[in-house]
Amino acid sequence: MLLLTCPHCGVSGDETEFAPGGEAHLKRFGPGSSDGEFETYLFYRRNPKGVHFERWRHAFGCGKWFHAARCTVTMEVFGTYPADVTEPPAELVETIRAKRPEWEGF
Amino acid sequence: MKRYSAFAIAKEALGYHVGWERAWGNPEPKPEYEVVIVGAGGHGLATAYYLAKNHGITNVVVLEKGWLGGGNTGRNTTIIRSNYLQDPSAEIFELSRRLYEDLSQKLNFNIMFSPRGVLMLAQTEHELRAWERTAHANRLFGIESEMVTPERIKRIVPIINIEGPRYPVLGGLWQARGGTARHDAVAWGYARAASDLGVDIIQQCEVTGIDRDEHGVTGVRTSRGAIRCKKLCIVVAGHSGVLADMAGFRLPVESVPLQALVSEPIKPCIDCVVMANTVHGYMSQSDKGELVIGGGADGYNAYTQRGSFQHVEETVRALTETFPMISRLRMLRQWGGIVDMTGDRSPIISKTPVPGIFINCGWGTGGFKAIPGSGWAMAGLVAKGEDPVAGPFSLDRFTEGRMIDESVAAAVAH
Amino acid sequence: MAHRLPSGGLVIDRSKPVEFTFNGQKLKGFEGDTLASALLANDQVLLGRSFKYHRPRGLIASGAEEPNALMGVGEGPRFEPNQRATGVELHQGLTARTQNHWPSLGFDVGALNSWIASRAPVFSAGFYYKTFMFPRVAWKHVFEPVIRRAAGLGKPPKEADADEYEHFHVHCDVLVVGGGIAGLSAARAAAANGARVLICEQTPHWGGRALVETETQIGGMSGADWVRGEVTALSGMENVTMRTRCMTSGLYDHGYALLYERVADHVPGAEGTPRHRLWRVRAGRIVVATGALERPIPFANNDVPGVMLASAVRDYVRLWGVAPGEKAVVFTTNDDAYRTALALHEAGVAVAAVLDARAEVKGELPARARAAGIEVRAGYGVAKVKGGKRVKGVEIGRLTGMGQVGGRREELACDLVAMSGGWSPVVHLWSHCGGKLTWDAEAAMFRPDPERGPTGHDGAVNTLACGAANGYLHTDLCLSDGRVAGMSAASATGHSRGEMPEAPEVQAIPQAHPRPLWFMPARGKYAHGTKHFLDYQNDVTAADVQLAAREGYESVEHAKRYTTLGMATDQGKTSNINGLAILADQIGAEIPQVGTTTFRPPYTPISFGAITGRARGPLFKAVRKTPMHDRHAANGADFEPVGDWERPYCFRRMTPEGRESRAQAVTREILNARQKVGLLDASTLGKIVVKGPDAGKFLDLVYTNMMSTLKPGRCRYGLMCNENGFLFDDGVVVRTGEDEFLCHTTSGGADRVHAHMEEWLQTEWWDFQVYTQQVTDQWAQVAVAGPNARKVLEKLGGVDVSDAALPFMSYVEGTLGGLPARIFRISFSGELSYEVAVPANLGLALWEKLAEAGEEFGAMPYGTEALHVMRAEKGFIMIGDETDGTVTPQDLALGWAVSKKKADFIGKRAQERAFLAAKGRKQLVGLATEDPAEVLPDGAHAVKEVKAKSRMITIGHVTSSYFSPTLGRSIAMALIEGGSERMGEVLSFPVAKDKVVKATVVDPVFYDKEGERQNV
Repeated sequence: MLLLTCPHCGVSGDETEFAPGGEAHLKRFGPGSSDGEFETYLFYRRNPKGVHFERWRHAFGCGKWFHAARCTVTMEVFGTYPADVTEPPAELVETIRAKRPEWEGF
Repeated sequence: MKRYSAFAIAKEALGYHVGWERAWGNPEPKPEYEVVIVGAGGHGLATAYYLAKNHGITNVVVLEKGWLGGGNTGRNTTIIRSNYLQDPSAEIFELSRRLYEDLSQKLNFNIMFSPRGVLMLAQTEHELRAWERTAHANRLFGIESEMVTPERIKRIVPIINIEGPRYPVLGGLWQARGGTARHDAVAWGYARAASDLGVDIIQQCEVTGIDRDEHGVTGVRTSRGAIRCKKLCIVVAGHSGVLADMAGFRLPVESVPLQALVSEPIKPCIDCVVMANTVHGYMSQSDKGELVIGGGADGYNAYTQRGSFQHVEETVRALTETFPMISRLRMLRQWGGIVDMTGDRSPIISKTPVPGIFINCGWGTGGFKAIPGSGWAMAGLVAKGEDPVAGPFSLDRFTEGRMIDESVAAAVAH
Repeated sequence: MAHRLPSGGLVIDRSKPVEFTFNGQKLKGFEGDTLASALLANDQVLLGRSFKYHRPRGLIASGAEEPNALMGVGEGPRFEPNQRATGVELHQGLTARTQNHWPSLGFDVGALNSWIASRAPVFSAGFYYKTFMFPRVAWKHVFEPVIRRAAGLGKPPKEADADEYEHFHVHCDVLVVGGGIAGLSAARAAAANGARVLICEQTPHWGGRALVETETQIGGMSGADWVRGEVTALSGMENVTMRTRCMTSGLYDHGYALLYERVADHVPGAEGTPRHRLWRVRAGRIVVATGALERPIPFANNDVPGVMLASAVRDYVRLWGVAPGEKAVVFTTNDDAYRTALALHEAGVAVAAVLDARAEVKGELPARARAAGIEVRAGYGVAKVKGGKRVKGVEIGRLTGMGQVGGRREELACDLVAMSGGWSPVVHLWSHCGGKLTWDAEAAMFRPDPERGPTGHDGAVNTLACGAANGYLHTDLCLSDGRVAGMSAASATGHSRGEMPEAPEVQAIPQAHPRPLWFMPARGKYAHGTKHFLDYQNDVTAADVQLAAREGYESVEHAKRYTTLGMATDQGKTSNINGLAILADQIGAEIPQVGTTTFRPPYTPISFGAITGRARGPLFKAVRKTPMHDRHAANGADFEPVGDWERPYCFRRMTPEGRESRAQAVTREILNARQKVGLLDASTLGKIVVKGPDAGKFLDLVYTNMMSTLKPGRCRYGLMCNENGFLFDDGVVVRTGEDEFLCHTTSGGADRVHAHMEEWLQTEWWDFQVYTQQVTDQWAQVAVAGPNARKVLEKLGGVDVSDAALPFMSYVEGTLGGLPARIFRISFSGELSYEVAVPANLGLALWEKLAEAGEEFGAMPYGTEALHVMRAEKGFIMIGDETDGTVTPQDLALGWAVSKKKADFIGKRAQERAFLAAKGRKQLVGLATEDPAEVLPDGAHAVKEVKAKSRMITIGHVTSSYFSPTLGRSIAMALIEGGSERMGEVLSFPVAKDKVVKATVVDPVFYDKEGERQNV
């Protein structure tokens, strides 16, 4: 039972209070994109064994979407941040780098 | 290979069992093989066995980073059924189920396939219609399955509460020749038979890199040295993405934990497998007497094989409602396995962007039942470059939008 | 024989006798007894039969690790199989029955297995994988049924559970697991520093082994007195919560713990209390003070009733005042078991000898034993136990090399063997969530590796082990380790006042190192005919583990699964370490190389009732009801679940012939709506307000249609696809203002659609100025459909609903019959139809007004089935019937609702992919059966060619099929490959083994193709 903190309302809660939404920072490919681009956008995921940027919704709370950086092996949550960005905040990336020197980066 | 039989047991018993030989060999890896299979789970071992048995390809090694059968093969709820809606699924799962029927005899290893019947409950009008559609598709395909009434369900499973206040049982889809098998024995049986046909099985051997040149794959690097090969099969449920990454391509899969649990053993009280999709739970009873219960999958990526509680809770609630007598029984053990989920929740048995590399993954929650068929089709694909059963499960279906979506009928747990 | 001692017994109350029944026999015990201690006091040493060999078995242990004494306890709706007698508190009227034998415990036919095995060990590890294969059918019909009946332990309960269960949700800073001296010290230290502490103990008593080890003094008093003092101090602190009978079942991610409190097992049926309570705890830090378990020694016939763990023998003597025998032999590898010899001696039980595996025995405890006149034989061991249903004696001899008994053997008469193979820390909880272990060769144990403990959400280690669970077996170390753990845990959760409760002085007897002895003997012709049990319950012997290793099952997981070692209901608490040591020896590896199997929750089994909690029966799953629900029920409604809603399927009226059937009711409802007017409770319809300057732009992306061009006051039917291009919801969109839309969704889809909109708004188009709000529950809605619909509304009055004022697909607000209402002129039945929405609290009033006003026009309510039939007559699709997640709007001939002008909408790119754009996809058609009375079954498939037997190639399937009362014939809709090209073609549907229904492909709109009825 993960413990997550919503960056919008500040509440820390059980994972059952939130709804997971898969990999974060996907670039949407719409009309005009190639088959390859579209397929990658829709189905291909990094699925890393390690640091994962992912989407969550505070479904039984404030209803807001946010992103979390989480390790898929140890379950450590490095941080959460609002979803209206195209890449993780620099300081979070630094935090992760400090904790996981071997991490390939975002 | 010494044959197993009651006679052999009696004979060895008189000698206090010192005469039994190893079930499978423990060779040193050779520098080169025709085919390297990464992953000694059920699917990998079955692939090796059918490569040798069906195609005469025996210069094969199966590499396993841990112990054989230690992944999802040894962590699932052992359900075998083939009453799938879509033709490609029906094809591979029915092939598999048929192979299970006499697998004990073929492998000379009792894998305890037990066709005790699989019952999928319909608890809403919508679900009832979905199962009716499936029953029609199955009958025309040649899969024996049928719709049964609540009264017949009560006769098949006397402990069921068909008049649940929230979701009464309206009917069910019954596959009498579905059932269960002893999961570990499937891996062991294939390992022993493949080993006997000349396949090398190397445990405690982790693949750390994949070598390729402009023509395709050339070999693998492992914790026990480099091994050259012409063909490479990646059959590592849960970790497919990690291996694909080594080979330089990506896969449309995500790894998520799936939960399961067993009760303490009791005398027989439920003879078949019951799946209740509306309320999210399924249950059967093992030969040992434990109730074997499947829970849900986590909605987020993880590589931990541990249990979480909320899915256990949801499933147990559903089953206490469906089978009220289990309330005073107890959960003995819960665990998790890592499953690959694809975009359409159907597997991938396919060539890959790298010539010579083949992938078998994405079985999601339903891999165990497919082991023989999957191995059979994968062996065909590897030996001949194409296979009629594997064909529809190719990677390019995601480009074309050619989904094989079994969730169509309802939220079907496999 | 075993008997109650004339005095003593720390936890029993001799003034309160308790009567109970065992296998039909009336027996007596005392309050405070466990079922196990009471049985032992009554000289019941044969308490069960083993799983495979049906060997007679008695108590091995006194606590959670007991593998043998499992029984059925209770009656009827309170019957429960497989209860460990050591964990059942005795209460008046308790009934217990032994299990897994036939016809009786004393004479069990299944014991034949044991007799056979003693002649030739055919039931060796994994024997069943090697046989039962021929003939093939025999497995299902002969072998497996026999095995199934023989296996399984207790009988399943027959009745529904009479008891209730509940859940607690709790937060604390520090959870302390275990109420022994380490746990109490940890709790005290954490609490003194201000942390909110929850401490739980699985037994009914605080103190753990401190109660038993009377040689040890803490702070100048007995262990029991010190414990009392600590408990008093802790219970006086408001930041401390204490629970006994509360076992921590599992540790999960991020400090989540599950506790299992057995509130009323000892007072069954007590009013007002749940039987079990599941505590769902989120703790900042977890202190694991779970103690250690003693290991048996695998010597020949070490399972004869009367062979017990040395610590358990001591427990029975000191806690319950029971002597498990009259003459004992103690066999040990360490100093600790000398306490048992002393305790027995003190209680007047003869100790024939202490056999110590160590060649040199020097410690103080052995010295005390010798001083008490007990014979101590250094370098000796038990070769074999004599006796069947009870120990009669032991064969002993001098140990040579690896545990082998060499030289001359002697026989000692005794009826009790107390064995101690050393102690294993209880590392289960530590390991549940990823904590790693390290092998301590000197102490011969796996202990928690503090550097590699379980981690929390922030990546820091969040669990601390202390005391015996941490490998510290001595009282002084347990105390100080507990104090440090408590301090650290409090400090890590922000509570460090620098308070450290005063450390009491401990006077304990120092102990020498044990000598590991994993197998007796480890070499020689041991296996021939005798059995050295590791896993008692599953009948796994040392020879089984060795056989597994010989056959290549070398990994600890293979050996476990092949032999079933550690897979019984005790999960190998007493067997795992011995087993893996034997495995290591057999394959020539070190113990840490072999490693342990994985520890999984729960620590001891927990009831499904507790996991379920209150969520059963009516509370199983929340039901959503419309404001008119009760009225419908009173009106004869048959409800069906639709998503979380309950909706009337139909309204069955009373007729002179009795109550209508469902079919009769549905037919009546349809004809009435077609001919007069029907009322449908449409409140469940999803309603989402989308508002803001960019609302139109947003909806253009969400719907396949163009919504931004909709005029205020107008309605438009819209389709929604997912990004994969497939249709997933539909409904009427109403422009209620310049920058405000009301989107109707399907009843089951409202939450999904709202979440979908929010997801796109928040994660992709976050720059759009749009708000969405789901208002499904805020409005009650009634569809008034039928030729008389306008008359009904006009009778209520207040709003002009004429065709001129409110044409088809338009919307108006007003006061209808005195109620503030929104009226939508939309139709899902094809009739003249208005949907009237009022604030939810006025829903019932609206319904009643409509029913009353409609009476003279023939108004009747109709349910979901009539709705479905009427929409099918009109060829309208139903999400979930015509769609299944693989169907595009184009497949359903709804291409008209997919804008070609828009640059983008969700699903547009996907629909351009090869497979979705291909010709020959399944397309929606209507079907007219050759026999108009024949209704095609739902889901029937059309085939390319009818053959005598399968496989037949299918070309599509029936999506909706009804008998249309309006048309007096059957109608069906289907998705058929290339359907639009097949108009007029006759298709074959083999609907059963020997029945083919033929149907002609027709337009799916069966009724009023021009739409004249709705447009009047």
